[in-house]
Amino acid sequence: MQRIGVFVCWCGTNIAATVDIDTVVEAMKYEPGVVHASDYQYMCSEAGQSKIKQAIKEHNLTGIVVCACSPRMHETTFRKAAKAAGLNQYMVEIANIREHCAWIHKDRKEATEKAVVLARTAVAKLNLNTPLTPGESSVVKRALVIGGGIAGIQSALDIAEAGYEVDIVEKQPTIGGKMAQLDKTFPTLDCAACILTPKMVDAASHENINLYTYSEVDSVGGFVGNFNVKIRKKARSVKADICSGCGICTEKCPSRKAENEFNLGLNKRGAIYIPFAQAIPNVPVIDRDQCIKFKTGKCGLCAKVCPADAIDFSQQDEIVEKQYGAVVLATGFNPIKLDNFDEFGYSQSKDVITSLELERIMNAAGPTGGKLLRPSDNGHPHTMVFVQCVGSRDTTGCGKTYCSKICCMYTAKHAMLIREKYPDVDVHVFYIDVRTPGKNFDEFYRRAAEDYGVNYIKGMVGKVAPTNGKLLVQGSDLIADRQLVIEADMVVLATAIEPDQTAKSLATMLTASIDTNNFFTEAHPKLRPVESPTAGVFLSGVCQGPKDIPETVAQASAAAVKVIGLLSKDKLMCNPCVANSNELLCNGCSNCQHVCPYGAIDYVEKEFRAGGKTSLRRVAQVNEAICQGCGACTVVCPSGAMDLKGFTNQQIMAEVDAICR
Amino acid sequence: MSIENKEFKPLIVAFCCNWCSYAGADLAGTSRLAYPAEIKIIRVPCSCRVNPMFVLRAFQRGADGVIIAGCHPGDCHYTTGNYYARRRMTLLFSMLDFFGIEKERTRVDWVSAAEGVKFSTVMNDFSKKIHELGENRRLGDLRCKMPIEK
Repeated sequence: MQRIGVFVCWCGTNIAATVDIDTVVEAMKYEPGVVHASDYQYMCSEAGQSKIKQAIKEHNLTGIVVCACSPRMHETTFRKAAKAAGLNQYMVEIANIREHCAWIHKDRKEATEKAVVLARTAVAKLNLNTPLTPGESSVVKRALVIGGGIAGIQSALDIAEAGYEVDIVEKQPTIGGKMAQLDKTFPTLDCAACILTPKMVDAASHENINLYTYSEVDSVGGFVGNFNVKIRKKARSVKADICSGCGICTEKCPSRKAENEFNLGLNKRGAIYIPFAQAIPNVPVIDRDQCIKFKTGKCGLCAKVCPADAIDFSQQDEIVEKQYGAVVLATGFNPIKLDNFDEFGYSQSKDVITSLELERIMNAAGPTGGKLLRPSDNGHPHTMVFVQCVGSRDTTGCGKTYCSKICCMYTAKHAMLIREKYPDVDVHVFYIDVRTPGKNFDEFYRRAAEDYGVNYIKGMVGKVAPTNGKLLVQGSDLIADRQLVIEADMVVLATAIEPDQTAKSLATMLTASIDTNNFFTEAHPKLRPVESPTAGVFLSGVCQGPKDIPETVAQASAAAVKVIGLLSKDKLMCNPCVANSNELLCNGCSNCQHVCPYGAIDYVEKEFRAGGKTSLRRVAQVNEAICQGCGACTVVCPSGAMDLKGFTNQQIMAEVDAICR
Repeated sequence: MSIENKEFKPLIVAFCCNWCSYAGADLAGTSRLAYPAEIKIIRVPCSCRVNPMFVLRAFQRGADGVIIAGCHPGDCHYTTGNYYARRRMTLLFSMLDFFGIEKERTRVDWVSAAEGVKFSTVMNDFSKKIHELGENRRLGDLRCKMPIEK
């Protein structure tokens, strides 16, 4: 028989305001197995924990039930406390009377009744608990970073500096990500390339970092400490180890029809190309859809001019299989497609551009060499209109409901740069709100509005109509309460950002969860912001939520620290709540083996003695290091031989009974 | 005359998977999104851990409704668990229907860890349905019910 202690937490007034603590404590005293019940204001505090430890020793308890917040919050806390008092840490059950009771019910009587039921359910389960011992598993001392933008580069550099091997997988031919496309960065106006490209070089030259560019993650198996990842190195058609990066092939390529993705289609590139001059690795790639050799079999000019003989038209995709201890997701973002926002005329006029396109136009290495030119006629614009929140904070269903966070600041930057370089250009900004939370951000915005004479108009734009080579921008000025029509030469749309589309497939591969907007979810929104709920998977940068460069770098380093912490361990404690089979009951049907997603179940021939006879039977055996404890096998077992430790059939039945009593 | 709904206090058992729906329920709590107190949650590692026996047991013991909530299809923490749960429960529910336990008393739904709002909506909706159906008399042992207070 168990000797159970029940501890009811007030959680200040969080629980105590709606649940009558005394009633719960009193009711628990009459539950089977309970020898002690008490309450305290904050069970998770040092004092609360020592109260628990004391009670365990004093009453010789064999298990404890803590009625408090969600087990996802403090289960480990109370397990540690129980362990410190000499109890097996799996003899702890939590009754969630805060999130699942006190916080959602207003009626005190109803909430108290429910709290009693939840507490007695936990007691009923604990009565059937047995001490569990976690196994150990090894840790592969290598990390995988998916995404080679500033987030991925920073995470990789920090992990590599700590002495661990890191592989970066980037699907583009070069690392650098979105930041490489930017011109200047707010609020200091440093040039993006000047601060990014040295980091790219550091990453490429670091002895602990291995780059897989133009590569994608094909599949992920395994679990924390032992991820087994297949990386597909797409065929570049150029031998990277021989290529000297001279670039003659890219100059001679006769195909000039492909849109230059790096410049967002503002100009054209060859079929063999290097995305940009500072690309890393500085190795070209052949776009097989555009290459004349691949389309017609003729040409092959690049191979003829290559001094190193590095062109290889027969190159195939290569699969690399590697083991990793931890995975950092740094998949970044893309601006949304503007198909749903035709009122802004993006598809009708070349002079309506997105902010990222303006970055390329402003960039000295961009399609216009850094001159502000109208894309339609290369003329000098005199009036420019910026439209904020295009697709952000949109509740109509056309765009995204969230704030993209970076647009207010980069628009202030664009407006300021344009006014500084071309004082003759009138700049108007239509905004819903200007949001500038960040160090020196508001000062920056004020400088744009006050010192640089940027005309900020609070209101939305209803329509952009291309008329006689001009753009008629119809908008409202909410403060002056009037409708405006501005004749503009260029319109810049502050387009909402969304997670890269690879996020969804990676989430499935890694069983990391994503939210309705496809941003990766963190283990806890406040206390564990860089960890995914899936052990061993960490989040870095915009793939978790919109953020600017300083925040991205901060999060990237934070994720790196978490990875280093994990990789520094030689052994990891395994989850002891795994399946186990009762060999005496097992009938050898193999059902469990078929449903196991991890291949953790093997069948072995074993001798059994019964009734004086010895017989050889085939029975299931669970490999505890591989089993993740989902319990799929327990349900398909026709003889009831398979059970899940910590969530046994009997325990769950007891919980059902305790609820329906 | 049917039983007056005022007196009817249903009993609903919700099996929630640890990774998505239980966390969704936590988020509903943190966001103070109310759903009826008659819903009591049992935490299971995965929706595929829910043995049809548990559902039957709940009905036998007097539960008026059983809902199983897991990760969205394709998002299961254990890759395929929720698919098993969906198939198993489809079979079980049609069998229960054949026995005379209305299909609406059972449900499988998907709530992710980020969907606190959906959790509360699903639970409110399910509870409303159970209120409409009334007491589970077919399989329920009414002696297990709490006495109705006047």
